[in-house]
Amino acid sequence: MANASNDSKEVWITGIGLLSCFGEGIETHFQACKQGKPGSVDTERFAPYPVHALSEPDWSQQISRRDMRQMEPWQQIGTYAAGLALEDAGAKDDEDLCGRMDMIVSAGGGERDIEVDSNVMAEARTSNNVEGLLAERLSNDLRPTLFLAQLSNLLAGNISIVHKVTGSSRTFMGEEGAGISAIETARARIASGQSDIVLVGGGYNGEREDMLLFFALGGYLREGLPAPIGTDSEGMVLGSIGAFLVLESADHARKRGAKPYAALDKVAALHGPRGANQASARMQEALNGLSVPSGTPVLSGATGAADITEEELNLFASHMPDSPLRTFTGLFGHGIETQFPLGVALAALALKKEAFFGPLSPGETDAGSEMTPQQILVSLAGHNRAEGLALLSKVAGA
Amino acid sequence: MSSSSTRDSRNRPIVAVTGVGVVSSLGTGKQENWAALKSGASGIHRIERFATDGLRTTVAGTVDFMELDQLSAPSLTHALAQTAAREAVSESGIKSDDFPGPLFVASPPVEMEWQHRFELDGEDPKSTESGYSRLLAAARTGKHDDMYELLQFGRTADRLSDEFGTKGLPISLSTACASGATAVQLGVEAIRRGETDAALCVGTDGSVTMEALIRFSLLSALTTQNDAPEKAAKPFSKDRDGFVMAEGAGALVLESLESARARGATVLATLSGCGEKADHFHRTRSSPDGSPVIAAVSRALGDAGVSADQIDYINAHGTSTPENDRMEYNSLKEVFGDAIHSTPISSNKSMIGHTLTAAGAIEAVFSVLTLQNGTIPPTINYDVPDPDIPLDVVPNVARDKPVTNILSNSFGFGGQNACLVLSNQFV
Repeated sequence: MANASNDSKEVWITGIGLLSCFGEGIETHFQACKQGKPGSVDTERFAPYPVHALSEPDWSQQISRRDMRQMEPWQQIGTYAAGLALEDAGAKDDEDLCGRMDMIVSAGGGERDIEVDSNVMAEARTSNNVEGLLAERLSNDLRPTLFLAQLSNLLAGNISIVHKVTGSSRTFMGEEGAGISAIETARARIASGQSDIVLVGGGYNGEREDMLLFFALGGYLREGLPAPIGTDSEGMVLGSIGAFLVLESADHARKRGAKPYAALDKVAALHGPRGANQASARMQEALNGLSVPSGTPVLSGATGAADITEEELNLFASHMPDSPLRTFTGLFGHGIETQFPLGVALAALALKKEAFFGPLSPGETDAGSEMTPQQILVSLAGHNRAEGLALLSKVAGA
Repeated sequence: MSSSSTRDSRNRPIVAVTGVGVVSSLGTGKQENWAALKSGASGIHRIERFATDGLRTTVAGTVDFMELDQLSAPSLTHALAQTAAREAVSESGIKSDDFPGPLFVASPPVEMEWQHRFELDGEDPKSTESGYSRLLAAARTGKHDDMYELLQFGRTADRLSDEFGTKGLPISLSTACASGATAVQLGVEAIRRGETDAALCVGTDGSVTMEALIRFSLLSALTTQNDAPEKAAKPFSKDRDGFVMAEGAGALVLESLESARARGATVLATLSGCGEKADHFHRTRSSPDGSPVIAAVSRALGDAGVSADQIDYINAHGTSTPENDRMEYNSLKEVFGDAIHSTPISSNKSMIGHTLTAAGAIEAVFSVLTLQNGTIPPTINYDVPDPDIPLDVVPNVARDKPVTNILSNSFGFGGQNACLVLSNQFV
């Protein structure tokens, strides 16, 4: 699906909004990658599970207090990062532009009310009418507006309300694949002329017991201290991350004087069985289709989940041995639906800054640390399904 | 470049519908559903899935006839989608395990359910932990791969993709109660981009759980007219007081007209236009001036290249909430002018309830059936007209009338508005 026949317009990245354990902003995240040290990790609050906890911004810079009260953290993170991206693209508060801007958000679901759930479970242990108990407790204890903080599409809804982005609004779900599809679809719409400008990305709160429970059920979480991402990785460390991009046709950007970080040339969104080396075989086939030049640096969002991380990293070691490989997940944690947008954002930053990064994980060598990349390949093999590749290139004279 | 006859006035590939499938509380498949729709039957009934003592609303359009190993929202949601998609793909004549294009699935957000929490909570009766710590301890035993599989957001689309052999990474999406229409819209766009000749678009929802019902109740969105369940959904009536939660799935095989003709497929209808516009007014309410709905309707007409007077039937969003139906009328009046008073408009939700994530897809399927059969399904339970909504709602009895262009509306929480135009050109 990577190459559409009706795919002629150049697609630029003209705005980036990032929020993570390092804090907010472009420079903060570029420096974090330059320094290559993991951001703050909280090992106690959700022990035995470490998480990359959000470094909280001054929320009022993007979201009014009134709107803040209507949102749970995952929405606040996403809405804040979306505001940063709009600001960066010179689109914030431009009513006309935001009014025709399209939007694709990658999202999961919202937070539970942990206290209500815990009370119900405690009472249910001794109840002889569990359904009656549920009906009574939920009817009385659930905050009516909590539902609106849980619906997947209500991050997009909040972005519409707070930032007035209303051209269109779509929410993709499905863990890492949601972020991959969001980027792929946004790019395809612009390349084909179906849209001029798209706000795309997601918000993820990894500091949630209900979220940890989900991944713990599948045995995907690392316990104890976080470990660097490498071929021996055995579990994921979640991270709270907001990552949004403004994608725009080059013509549209030129007309309004917006400057590109980079061009988003190609995206491949892959799916299929996950037997041994089946994912890497798919990725290798897609790489051939993308015709990535030899030596192109690779920025991987490898999840840290056992086996698939090894498979993804080995693919590049064997298939693109001349390419410097950097895995950024150890710095920020794994942001699930936001991971692919984050990778694309970091690649765009590096191209704009004409600088690549030093080793971010122990297995990586110094080679390429000082290079001036012309193109960067972003890679992500989802922990359980979905693989994505994106090829970005430097825009001459940008 | 193909011949001009398979491209629209903007030189985009014309998008044909070559297969449709549906499940609702009225039954399985097009035949059962259409017969019930034509006769004005209701699928709404008293909820038996869980105890409703003490709940304000006790009626719904649940689908209780699917065979499942264990009932849960994700498993029912999948079964409904699978059934509808099998019917659609079968009708299209496309190989049932090698679909030559992408999959778009509108599905409800997935959540752990109380049955799962109670199962984990009770796993170690000697545990001194409480709350989620106790659940996490149970999770760490490593015995819950099945629960994990069930609760992934991407799982329904993944399983459908595996079964039908769709291409690329399947897309799961939500635009709340407009989701089904958005799934269709994504398929139309992919075909128009020239990426693919075909797309499988599904909207599915099997998420009527006690907690889901209570949540909508807490937002005062549901009817409380429980005494006669089949009368509870009464769109556009003066005594409407909320929607009825319901379940079902709709599936459409979209295909470029060129591809459909090349393989000799029967064209059921064309998906001639889509329109969308988000609203920034409020999380659950529409802009008082209706401008986003007006824009979505206008864009759909513009995209289809038809004028308002060429629309001869409107498949309404028509939820039966006081606010939606009034807002829908006011907005349509802005676009259609006085013609809106003589344009037939009906709400399938009067019979099947509000199938939430699935609604836009199911209503697109019913629109195709309306085009094919030349019969407009009624709005049932229309006994007390609302003088503020002077519409021809095709009250209570189906109407035989040839139809050429249908506007199908879908609106949702979070400012979502998506409209489709379906036509019987090129059929």
